[in-house]
Amino acid sequence: MDELKQETQSTAEPANGAGPIAMRQMQVAAPVAAAAKTGGEMPPSVVRTFLQGKSSGRWADGAFSGVMLLCAMSIFFIVALIVFVLVMNSNESIHAFGWHFFVGRVWNPVSGRFGALPFIWGTLVSSLLALAMAVPLALCVSIFLLEICPLPLRAPISFLTELLAAIPSVVYGLWGVFVLVPLMRDHVGPVLERVLGWTGSFAEPNFGVGLFTASVILAVMIFPVISSISRDVMRAVPVNQREAALALGATRWEMIRIGVLRNARIGIVGSVILGLGRALGETMAVTMVIGNHAAIAKNLFAPGYTLASVIANEFTEATGDLYLSALIEIGLALFLVTIVVNAIARLLVWAVTRGNTARHA
Amino acid sequence: MGSLPVRTARVERALKARRTATNHAVTGLAIASTVVVLAPLVAILGYLIFKGASSLNWAFFTHVPAPVGEGGGGMANSIVGSGVILGLASLLGIPVGIGAGVYLAEYGRGRMIGNIVRFTADVLNGVPSIVMGVAVYALVVSRQQHFSALAGGIALAIMMVPTIARTTEEMLATVPHSIREAAFGLGIAKWRTIVSISLRTASPGIITGCMLAFARVAGETAPLLFTAFGNQFWSFNVNQPIAALPLQIYVYALSPYDEWHRLAWAGALVLIALIMVSVTLVRVFAARGMLKGGN
Repeated sequence: MDELKQETQSTAEPANGAGPIAMRQMQVAAPVAAAAKTGGEMPPSVVRTFLQGKSSGRWADGAFSGVMLLCAMSIFFIVALIVFVLVMNSNESIHAFGWHFFVGRVWNPVSGRFGALPFIWGTLVSSLLALAMAVPLALCVSIFLLEICPLPLRAPISFLTELLAAIPSVVYGLWGVFVLVPLMRDHVGPVLERVLGWTGSFAEPNFGVGLFTASVILAVMIFPVISSISRDVMRAVPVNQREAALALGATRWEMIRIGVLRNARIGIVGSVILGLGRALGETMAVTMVIGNHAAIAKNLFAPGYTLASVIANEFTEATGDLYLSALIEIGLALFLVTIVVNAIARLLVWAVTRGNTARHA
Repeated sequence: MGSLPVRTARVERALKARRTATNHAVTGLAIASTVVVLAPLVAILGYLIFKGASSLNWAFFTHVPAPVGEGGGGMANSIVGSGVILGLASLLGIPVGIGAGVYLAEYGRGRMIGNIVRFTADVLNGVPSIVMGVAVYALVVSRQQHFSALAGGIALAIMMVPTIARTTEEMLATVPHSIREAAFGLGIAKWRTIVSISLRTASPGIITGCMLAFARVAGETAPLLFTAFGNQFWSFNVNQPIAALPLQIYVYALSPYDEWHRLAWAGALVLIALIMVSVTLVRVFAARGMLKGGN
């Protein structure tokens, strides 16, 4: 009995809030529970009286877990509410255009014809182009930070790359309007036109604002997402995979290719799709530099429009119910697409990080 | 037969050279891309400080926007407005987010419903902010028939909930089980254990999570465009349109006036300084364990 008492005391210690961090061992439950069951007299303790005060009664426990459940359910509730509200308010447009809404090429509020294809085109082109720029860079940086970078530099550099994520969208837009747009117009654009002009995708006139500039800004903005998630995924690859490759005489790059990238590939794809999801819905910076012109052009220097930026630009100026409901339908489409994209990405990332933690535990 | 080993050795040497070269090339590429990625960061921050600092003055923090051509003026009402909206958002979002995180960590672990909530939170986290703006417009603004600070606060609160829920859950998961079991062994009710022991032990991490969510929504513009809407004058009424720093930056950046461009830069500098200072302060404090609740 004495021993049990001691046990209870020593495990009760951390409840004080003194130093619980170092405690890692599990399964102390059995003796403690036994002590509680036998109801042996425990020494009077200030901590215990405090903690037990006002707490007895089953209803308090039930009420607390109920409130917590309610909070958790609110996340479902939010999603359901968003879908419901968007569907209700875009009813008019859904009925008027049906599926033709997403293949219509004309967006003319004056004549009341609304087709979203130019926005879908602009969104897809700018997002995919941004991915093409950001993914190789992000993977290289992840590899550098995890496998190559000297230890003392690791933390500061990863902090700096994460700072990119902390800059608000509107500040990117501001920088884009006053720095990137002139740069694209006067320096980068002409070079691209000379080198890649024959493809027809980089043709004059180049005003600086347009799909290409928007993609560059998007690439900078989604880089931190892809980089940090792919780093998590690569870190989840067991160290012995790396050691095995090195033991076979692989160079560092071969070790990264065989030991790291091949094992993490599903999660890396997940991180890329997560970046895509971010790019599809990015609003302010894109709106400020894309030119806002509803047209489908092959030329990447031409001004374009995206799903998110048409909402940002025209929502407060929308006159008439049909116009407003068409814009809300675009919002609904954006919501559903990003939900699907994010769901796929999350499943892929989980497939890698989950499996590994399970194997290690 | 006799020449074979020689050839193999030569081939081997060539192969070795190629492999080493590839290795060096990839290392070089990785270093180069890190430099390329850090360039925009330096460019943005450098330009922001250069442009913003030269336009900052006392009037910026004390005056409301001046009409075009009048010169002077500031963004005092936007700074206060942002504070009001963010305060509302934190008031609504932080308790719900922490509650959801507590449920996930303490009740929903290993259960189907916990997994579904967790997944939904992650997916909701990736929904574009402009969609939140549209939804809250349809939900609140079109019912009330006017824009309001409250609507802006609700939109930002919805964005805070999934982030806070997930970080709270992760932080609670790091609290060792033995501590909870010790509490149960003392006959303490479960809710009391969660509030006084689990949450308290995990409080530095949870506070960091809340601050990061706060910093994330502090710079959001898109959800405020048609909820808080913006205002050129002082307003403290949560039921009226209110100014916000990101909104004002957006409006001024796209205006054709040099004076307003300068104010936009100054505003961006103030906004980013507020965000960065809060994030770094919280990081430093959390790392030193100074945010532990109570004593």
